[in-house]
Amino acid sequence: MFQSSFIERHLRLLFPLPALIFIALLMIFPILYTLFLSFTNWNLTSGAPLSFVGLRSYARVLTESRFLDAIWRTFYFTSVAVVAETFLGVAAALVLNRAFVGKSVAKLLLLLPLVATPVAVGIVFNLFYDPTIGLANFMLKTFGLPQGLWISSANSVLPSLIIVDVWQWTPMITLIVLAGLAGLSDEPVEAARVDGASEWQILRHVTIPMVMPVILTAMILRLIDALKTFDIIFAMTGGGPGYASETLNILGFKYSFEYFRIGQASVILVALFLIVFLCSLGIMKLRASSEI
Amino acid sequence: MKNNKLLANALFYLLVLIMALVVIFPFLWMLSSSFKTQVDIISWPPKLWFEPTLQNYARVFEEQDFLQYFINSTIVGGLAVVFSLLLGLPAAYTISRYTQKKLAIFILLARLMPGISFLMPWYIIFSRLNLMDSYVALVLSHMLIALPIVVWIMASYFNSIPCEMEESAMVDGATRQYAFLKIILPLSGPGIITATTLSFIFSWNNFMFSQVLSMEKTKTLPIAVYNFVSYAEVDWGGVMAAAVAIMAPAIVLTMIFQKYVVKGLTMGAVKG
Repeated sequence: MFQSSFIERHLRLLFPLPALIFIALLMIFPILYTLFLSFTNWNLTSGAPLSFVGLRSYARVLTESRFLDAIWRTFYFTSVAVVAETFLGVAAALVLNRAFVGKSVAKLLLLLPLVATPVAVGIVFNLFYDPTIGLANFMLKTFGLPQGLWISSANSVLPSLIIVDVWQWTPMITLIVLAGLAGLSDEPVEAARVDGASEWQILRHVTIPMVMPVILTAMILRLIDALKTFDIIFAMTGGGPGYASETLNILGFKYSFEYFRIGQASVILVALFLIVFLCSLGIMKLRASSEI
Repeated sequence: MKNNKLLANALFYLLVLIMALVVIFPFLWMLSSSFKTQVDIISWPPKLWFEPTLQNYARVFEEQDFLQYFINSTIVGGLAVVFSLLLGLPAAYTISRYTQKKLAIFILLARLMPGISFLMPWYIIFSRLNLMDSYVALVLSHMLIALPIVVWIMASYFNSIPCEMEESAMVDGATRQYAFLKIILPLSGPGIITATTLSFIFSWNNFMFSQVLSMEKTKTLPIAVYNFVSYAEVDWGGVMAAAVAIMAPAIVLTMIFQKYVVKGLTMGAVKG
C-alpha cells in the first residue's frame, strides 16, 4: 500500500524516468563523448593513444576545402529539394482536395514512397539513371532530347539525387497539407464565393493563408530530414563521382568508418549536429511565437 | 457551360492520373525488372513485353541467406518496438496529463538530431563492450528510432482521451497507475497500432545504424540489399528482386493499416 501511494505521488517523475535515462545514455552521453573526442587527434588505424590537441582538429577540418564543399552541398541539396517538394506537394494537395472516385486509392499510392526502404529506392533509381541501359536516357531519346550522364557526372549528380528525394518525400507534404485542408471550416470560402471572388482569388487569398501554418510545419519537418539525407546518397553514389555528392553526413560517415580519423570525424559530426540543432531551435522559436 | 464542367473534370482526372503514374512508376519498373532475365534487362530499348522468370528470386533466396536477414530485421524491429512501447507509453502518459512540454521536446530531439552524431560513439563503446554484431546493440540503436515516434504519437493520442476516464476510477479509490493500466491503455488500441506500425517500418528501413553495428550474424535486410549491389553490380535482376523483397513487408503493412499510417505521419504537423 505504501509502495503504490509512493508511485502515485511521484508518478510524473517515475513514469517518464526509464525513457529519460535511455535517451540520456544513448543520445546525450554519446553526443558529449563526440564533443570530447573532437578535441583529440585520435586515429583508430594508427594505434597511437589518444592525445589532446585542443582546437587543432577544428583548425584542420574547418579550413579543408573538402569540408567546406560538403557544407555548401548539404545546403544546396536541402534547399532545392525542400522548395521543390513544397511547391509540388502543396499543388498536389490542392488538386486532390475534393471528393472524387478513387480518392482512397490515390491516398494509398501517396503513402508508398514514404514507406519504401530508401536504400532500395536508391538502387532502383540507379538502374533508372544508368546511362546505357537506364530508362531515363531512353525517355530523353524518345523525346529527341540529348542524353545525360545523371549520377555518373559531377555536374548532374546532385540534381539527379534531388529528383529521387523529391520523388520520395513530396507525398509527405501532400498528405500533411491534405490533412490540414480537411480540418479547415468551409465558411470563409463560402463567404468569399458569395462576395463574387474567383476560384483563383479564393485560393490565393483565403485557402492558402488559412493552411499556411500547416504548410510551414510540413516544410520544417522536411528541412530537418533533408539536411541529414544519407541512405539514397550513400547507396547511389557513395559521395561520388569524386567528392561531387559528398554532403556533411556522408563526409562524417567516411571519416568515422572508412578512415577512422576519429578526432577529425568528431569535428564534422559536431558541425552537422550544430547545423541541425540550430535549425530545429530557430524553427521551434519561430513556431512558438507565431502560435498565440 | 456543361461542356466546360466536363472538360474541367477530364482535366482533373488527367492530372490525378499523371500524379499516380509518377508515384507508382518506379515500383512498377522495379517489379517488372525483377521478373526479367539479364538479357531482357540490358536490352535496348527497354522491353515492355517479356517472358517473366522467377530465377532472380530463386537466386536471391538460395545464394544469399536472405531468410536469415529477414528474420534479423524482424527481430530487431520487433524488439525495438516492444521496448519502446514499454518505455514510451508511461512517458507519453505523463507528458499528456501533466503537460510536460520540455520532456516532450527532449525526447523529440532524438528524432530530429542526426543519427551519425551518436552512431560514431556507439561504435567505439559497443566495440569496447564486445557488443558489435549483437542483437543488443542493434535493438538499442533502433529503439532510438522507435521511442520518439511512440512518445510523439501516444502523447497526442492520450490528449484525445478525456481525463474524466481515469479520474472517475480514482474517485472510487484506484491509484493513477492502476487507472492508466486498466482504463487508459485498453482504450488506446488505435494509437498503439499507429505507433507500432510506423516505428516498425522506420526500423525496418533503417540503413545507417545497421550498416555500422551489424555484421554477418545480425545483418538486416537493407544491408544485405546494399551488399548485394556492391558485389553483384551487374546482376540487376537479382538486385531488383532483393529490392522487391525488402519493400514488400512495409508496403503490405501500410496497406493493412493505411488509416493509421496516414494519421501517424500527419498528426504532429497538423495539430501543432
